[in-house]
Amino acid sequence: MPKRTDIQSVLVIGSGPIVIGQAAEFDYSGTQACRILRAEGLRVILVNSNPATIMTDPEIADATYVEPITPEFVEKIIAKERPDALLPTLGGQTALNTAISLHENGALEKYGVELIGAKPEAIHKGEDRDLFKAVVEAVNAKIGHGESARSVICHSMDDVLKGVDELGGYPVVVRPSFTMGGAGSGFAHDEEELRRIAGQGLTLSPTTEVLLEESILGWKEYELELMRDKHDNVVVVCSIENFDPMGVHTGDSITVAPAMTLTDREYQILRDIGIAVIREVGVDTGGCNIQFAVNPEDGRVIVIEMNPRVSRSSALASKATGFPIAKIAAKLAVGYTLDEIPNDITQETPASFEPTLDYVVVKAPRFAFEKFPQADSTLTTTMKSVGEAMAIGRNFPEAFQKALRSLEKKGSQFTFVGETGDKDALLREAVRPTDGRINTVMQAIRAGATPEEIFEYTKIDPWFVDQLFLIKEIADELAHAPELTSELLADAKRHGFSDQQIGEIRGLREDVVREVRHTLGIRPVYKTVDTCAAEFAARTPYFYSAYDEESEVATREKPAVIILGSGPNRIGQGIEFDYSCVHASFALSDAGYETVMVNCNPETVSTDYDTSDRLYFEPLTLEDVLEIVHAEQQAGPVAGVIVQLGGQTPLGLSQALKDNGVPIVGTSPEAIHAAEDRGAFGRVLAEAGLPAPKHGTATTFAGAKAIADEIGYPVLVRPSYVLGGRGMEIVYDETRLASYIAESTEISPSRPVLVDRFLDDAIEIDVDALYDGEELYLGGVMEHIEEAGIHSGDSACALPPITLGGFDIKRLRASTEAIAKGVGVRGLINIQFAMAGDILYVLEANPRASRTVPFTSKATAVPLAKAAARISLGATIAELRAEGLLPANGDGGELPLDAPISVKEAVMPWSRFRDIQGRGVDTVLGPEMRSTGEVMGIDSVFGTAYAKSQAGAYGPLPTKGRAFISVANRDKRSMIFPARELVAHGFELLATSGTAEVLKRNGINATVVRKQSEGTGPNGERTIVQLIHDGEVDLIVNTPYGTGGRLDGYDIRTAAVARSVPCLTTVQALAAAVQGIDALNHGDVGVRSLQEHAEHLTAARD
Amino acid sequence: MTTSTRGAARVPAVLVLEDGRIFRGRAYGAVGETFGEAVFSTGMTGYQETLTDPSYDRQIVVATAPQIGNTGWNDEDDESSRIWVSGYVVRDPARVPSNWRAKRSLDDELVAQGVVGISGIDTRALTRHLRERGSMRAGVFSGEAIAPEAELLERVQAQPRMKGLSLYEEVAAKEAYVVPAIGEKRFTVAAIDLGIKGMTPHRMAERGIEVHVLPATATADDIYAVAPDGVFFSNGPGDPATADGPVALMTAVLERRTPLFGICFGNQILGRALGFGTYKLKYGHRGINQPVQDRTTGKVEVTAHNHGFAVDAPLDQVSETTFGRAEVSHVCLNDNVVEGLQLLDQPAFSVQYHPEAAAGPHDAAYLFDRFVSLMEGQRA
Repeated sequence: MPKRTDIQSVLVIGSGPIVIGQAAEFDYSGTQACRILRAEGLRVILVNSNPATIMTDPEIADATYVEPITPEFVEKIIAKERPDALLPTLGGQTALNTAISLHENGALEKYGVELIGAKPEAIHKGEDRDLFKAVVEAVNAKIGHGESARSVICHSMDDVLKGVDELGGYPVVVRPSFTMGGAGSGFAHDEEELRRIAGQGLTLSPTTEVLLEESILGWKEYELELMRDKHDNVVVVCSIENFDPMGVHTGDSITVAPAMTLTDREYQILRDIGIAVIREVGVDTGGCNIQFAVNPEDGRVIVIEMNPRVSRSSALASKATGFPIAKIAAKLAVGYTLDEIPNDITQETPASFEPTLDYVVVKAPRFAFEKFPQADSTLTTTMKSVGEAMAIGRNFPEAFQKALRSLEKKGSQFTFVGETGDKDALLREAVRPTDGRINTVMQAIRAGATPEEIFEYTKIDPWFVDQLFLIKEIADELAHAPELTSELLADAKRHGFSDQQIGEIRGLREDVVREVRHTLGIRPVYKTVDTCAAEFAARTPYFYSAYDEESEVATREKPAVIILGSGPNRIGQGIEFDYSCVHASFALSDAGYETVMVNCNPETVSTDYDTSDRLYFEPLTLEDVLEIVHAEQQAGPVAGVIVQLGGQTPLGLSQALKDNGVPIVGTSPEAIHAAEDRGAFGRVLAEAGLPAPKHGTATTFAGAKAIADEIGYPVLVRPSYVLGGRGMEIVYDETRLASYIAESTEISPSRPVLVDRFLDDAIEIDVDALYDGEELYLGGVMEHIEEAGIHSGDSACALPPITLGGFDIKRLRASTEAIAKGVGVRGLINIQFAMAGDILYVLEANPRASRTVPFTSKATAVPLAKAAARISLGATIAELRAEGLLPANGDGGELPLDAPISVKEAVMPWSRFRDIQGRGVDTVLGPEMRSTGEVMGIDSVFGTAYAKSQAGAYGPLPTKGRAFISVANRDKRSMIFPARELVAHGFELLATSGTAEVLKRNGINATVVRKQSEGTGPNGERTIVQLIHDGEVDLIVNTPYGTGGRLDGYDIRTAAVARSVPCLTTVQALAAAVQGIDALNHGDVGVRSLQEHAEHLTAARD
Repeated sequence: MTTSTRGAARVPAVLVLEDGRIFRGRAYGAVGETFGEAVFSTGMTGYQETLTDPSYDRQIVVATAPQIGNTGWNDEDDESSRIWVSGYVVRDPARVPSNWRAKRSLDDELVAQGVVGISGIDTRALTRHLRERGSMRAGVFSGEAIAPEAELLERVQAQPRMKGLSLYEEVAAKEAYVVPAIGEKRFTVAAIDLGIKGMTPHRMAERGIEVHVLPATATADDIYAVAPDGVFFSNGPGDPATADGPVALMTAVLERRTPLFGICFGNQILGRALGFGTYKLKYGHRGINQPVQDRTTGKVEVTAHNHGFAVDAPLDQVSETTFGRAEVSHVCLNDNVVEGLQLLDQPAFSVQYHPEAAAGPHDAAYLFDRFVSLMEGQRA
């Protein structure tokens, strides 16, 4: 039965900002779905607040709303667009929860919108613990397999305490209902832990519900991805086995596909249960993901949970198998059946089959604990990783080692040299699952641990343990062989050893190993991911490397451009870079090139085999890239390699690639050096006559003090060789400078500390621009809301700038052009400026696509990354203007006065992290970037755009209620006007005594509340922290000063996170929020699609 | 220090295909030499069931899944009394098994049963070769059996081809035996063993059927001596065109209108008994992910396959046969191969694939219920 004819338009809800547990995978799935639905002739309406997504590109949907994903805003969009149907299963938990709210508040019924993909009943059955337990019982009654962990549902702390007794004592697992990525869940080993975890869980759960469960810690963990159509045809797309046993969130586990340690009988039991569950839950047109725990002693199977929607695991499964789950889910939702949909890759066989793999896939998580030094790094059932890398190999060791090196993190690869440390100590350390536990396990093996010991301490399956021993034995052979023979080298490569690892073991340089290897003729071949283990011919060139006999790379005629992606998402290098890479691929394909994408991040659109002509799912290391370039040069002409769009990862490879004879297009490695090297960049600035803040370098406290004394406090200090603001701090006095130098183990004579003048109260400005050697195209000028000193990735910003005048823009343009020219940019450049007093300082320049490119592109309706890709390959800005890729006249610095204002706001992962005492981590912004994602608010005036950005990032700003204000001394002056405004809007102000006094003197009434440090008052007066916890505060303004008064602020801010109360930590944010509140209180806030904004802007330009 | 077990197993091995292509790897399982038809099987699980499936008699099976042997060998999952494949080709064999039911390693079992194998070769290249050129004769030689390539090739080319080979008698039980019904006995079935898998009578027994497994050489008198409610023809190896005995036997059953169910080889025999031809597929269907559509309901089932031959019957029309109207009931959606036949005027049907599913998904288990319904219908 073909597609339904009663649906002409569909609203698709995206997943909003990238947060831990909900990342780029939903851009991948949503983009696929939108494309498919449009190809089916449907009008697609999309809402997603995240500008850094491909799905919000105006050409992906018919009407694209970059608006907050809240029931209020989505209802406005429904009222305006009147879609026939709503597809909520491709935008993660955010989309699902929003759709359920709209169903429950009657909006869907009111506007006659049908929920497709999953019915509300099915969503409830899948997500509600009680209902799901009944589902599992019903399944067991039918097929005799599958059970739930013994558990009790609790709605209060009393229930929780009683529940433990019912389950037979500790440890127990706590799982809040309806939270994303397992937020708020954890293991409780005693009453204290229980009270803390369950208390927070009850708060986090929108239904104030937590589940207590028997512990199945250490069991084997599996996942199945299933799809079902309206004729009840069900297929299992993929099985996934967790390397880390139960107890670690699957998003934080190393996972393997297909399952490695199940016999067919056991696998078929899981399959039978999975199918029975999807039927019982009633997911009738789409996909779901089911997680199982299997007791390694006797095979007892527990069904842990199911997601009645496309999930992170389905993105992984799609990439692992070549079966595009989201695309098929969208087709099923509009009425097709599986047998009617062709398999993309074979083109001749239908989608109603189960992929079979002739390779092994390993996914490894990437963490960011270094950004949250106070946070407890133990892995639990709450997801904490910020990204992941996937690798494909012909066996487990190969895929595993490739995945570890894809993580691109110091120490992520196994090392086989150096002291191992004490075996018993290592084994004890390996008990606790952490980022890098696998390396501890390998060290324990090197220190003499037996397989039995490894299993005893970690419960990692003995087959996996043996694979680790296999890797270690090959390392031993490499170490002890009299010479590096062809056989030995080939064997090591077949087990995933990198040239660098082999070099380390043999005491050779990496390039020497490579030369020996090439001389011996040992090079990888490239195999195809084809869904069918070569049973049928594949039409899609989706490759991975293997040290095998036969390569499947076909020859080609057209010149190829190889685009290097950005690798696993991490804080500071996320989806924004993938966006630019995907755009380059599209633009260059249109320009007649064959596009070749290289990346190892399974969450992304770039690793969709549909995005580029060829996809290499490979680590982004020098070795892996050189081999791909070689293979492609064998296949046909290679026009060049693009390194400037994937962020720091490919940029870091550019010089070495060039040294190896690889043609780098766009900005040259020498130019990149000129921007990145402090000395060289200083010369560029000096030649252009541009000022930079005063600075110096020191290797001792005395040296640093001398510099600071000269340039004056506050100073910005940081280790010299790090990126992304790592270890950066604003130091206000000498005492802190001394302790910073003392604490910072990373400072040594060879690694000096940089001391910069910190521009207090400066306005920070970001510029994205294109340069072709002759002409500059100013893409956009962004004015930060927060003052300089807060990492640009963590600040909110507005485009066009809201307080800069024509003269300022002129200066910015001239400076940008001088730098672009001086550095030698061919493509994109991003420059950060600070305006202090009347001086425009240059903070830094990045000769590559920046994090803000997608935001700038969307705000100005100009595809900057596409233009950059074309410039890299020789097109000029003039040509691109003539072609229509860039506007015929003007640029992003000269937006018409009535252009919409776009506000970007960063989204922080505070709620994910706890310290070892289980307390939240502090939420103060600083020079080190810690946000995971961003949203965009767009409207005709700043206040509304800002309010939208807040609603998209954290939930709506309050329009009335109680606001608590407590600010540092230096902020007290700037607080008075916004405070007065709040009162004018009817807010009741609460303040600590010092702030209240200042307010009072300025004629503003504020109720004095007790500080946390003062404790509960004599008559039971609650402290501010208690008031927040009791839900009696609607807005919090709390700015920190240095380290003084920090503790009180810390408690306030962490309470705000726990209760999800908007918390502003800078006075600039307060001023912006007041404008937002003002906008919200003045009439209706409307919604407008990007296409409408663009039409308006284009008309105004002409 | 853990002592390395690597090195000990590095006996060279070579796989020689009849068209001259050669793969060099390491010995796996027994060391020596073996010959057979090289075929690939795409299942990711279930090597124990595959290796003990009598339909793989005289075949050298290539596992497309690279990591084989991970769950070892247990005492429960054999589909017959022994391993039937003549050789086993894998890429990365497990060094230690891991499963609570495992009793020994796959390697040990292959050695114990004298099955010669090869590991460490590019199994994907081999699979693509077989896909493009078709299944073909091959030999695996390891250790001292390795000789100059030309000599080995000559020996491979001297082997008989699968087409025209009669093998079912070689694998079938020599003596009749009974598999009792589980729970209350409701029916008696005579099952003709042409290479039957252990799970098949078990699936019937689960439905209250007492299964009398009879040797391939059984006569109609032997069948009716057990007073069957239905007759079953099993899977088995070899070319169905050589199976004149079973075809004659089935014809006798059809003449008596006894409810009849056949699978795999049994489907081909029904085809021939109805007057259809059979032919050899280029590289066959071997795996546990094949989409088959039940044309009577339109539903798609994911099924286990192991067949190198197929029935040549018209897909788009009902055929007139000696036993009334017949139609193709099931078809493989990958390539439109006939996967099932049914008679419209009397109780007989068959499928080309494996509803007993060992290894494989259980989607087609309903066919045993269909057989039960036929027997119930006949009784009523």
